[in-house]
Amino acid sequence: MTEQATVAKATETHRSEGALMPPVDVIEDVSGITLYADLPGVPKDRLSLQVEANTLTIEGDLTLDAPEGMEAVHAEVGLPRFRRVFTLSRELDGDKVSADFNQGVLKLRIPKAAHAQLRKIDIRVS
Amino acid sequence: MIYKALFPRDVLAELERLQRDMQQADGFLPSIRGLARGGFPGLNVGSTPKSVEVHAFIPGLDPSAIEIQLEKSVLTIAGERKSNMPAREDKSTVHIDERFAGKFRRVIALPDDINPDAVDAQYRDGVLHISIQRHEAALPRRITIQ
Repeated sequence: MTEQATVAKATETHRSEGALMPPVDVIEDVSGITLYADLPGVPKDRLSLQVEANTLTIEGDLTLDAPEGMEAVHAEVGLPRFRRVFTLSRELDGDKVSADFNQGVLKLRIPKAAHAQLRKIDIRVS
Repeated sequence: MIYKALFPRDVLAELERLQRDMQQADGFLPSIRGLARGGFPGLNVGSTPKSVEVHAFIPGLDPSAIEIQLEKSVLTIAGERKSNMPAREDKSTVHIDERFAGKFRRVIALPDDINPDAVDAQYRDGVLHISIQRHEAALPRRITIQ
């Protein structure tokens, strides 16, 4: 059984000009939402996470080791920036987001506000 | 068959042409294996007069789980990325599922002048960086006129 499916759908509100959109997985369970994002090449100190009002912004700058004077021959990752914006729904607690960033994979845990936790409704049979 | 080039405003055709030009500019002649776009991991290839640099964007792996092979001038990067999707019996819902999971393998044909004994591979922040030296003889030399 799940709650409303309106949570954190990929609603890119801002125009992501000049940035790559990182692929994400969003999984919801009874107590909150877990988001995984692939941000390869972004060091920890160049990753920025922001929760403002009900908007979650993930941004990161790519830094690659490359010898000087290297000429690109083929580039599938063609921009040095990642950016993705999500709208959080009301029952999520934006103040209690926890983040873990390891080898280019960001794991965010957004818990549901206490009042929004799943309540089981008993069905009375008369 | 209608050629894309007949439509000068076709952005994709322009991009392809640009890519072709770039490949031919630096000893990267179109290879029989091609260099198909897309797939996992994403690849960037660059070159300097002394080396060929390959960046593979494979976040979230244990470096020991990535297999790199270089046979003559064909480079293969393979491995597996485990899925983090919940088990079915879990009471959870998957809203977005975009990240790659499963086995991957990508093959790139490198120029012939590389030295297969001088390869260096590093994994940092989810990027595998492979640097392959080129043979000295292939370095362009300035010829002085007597």
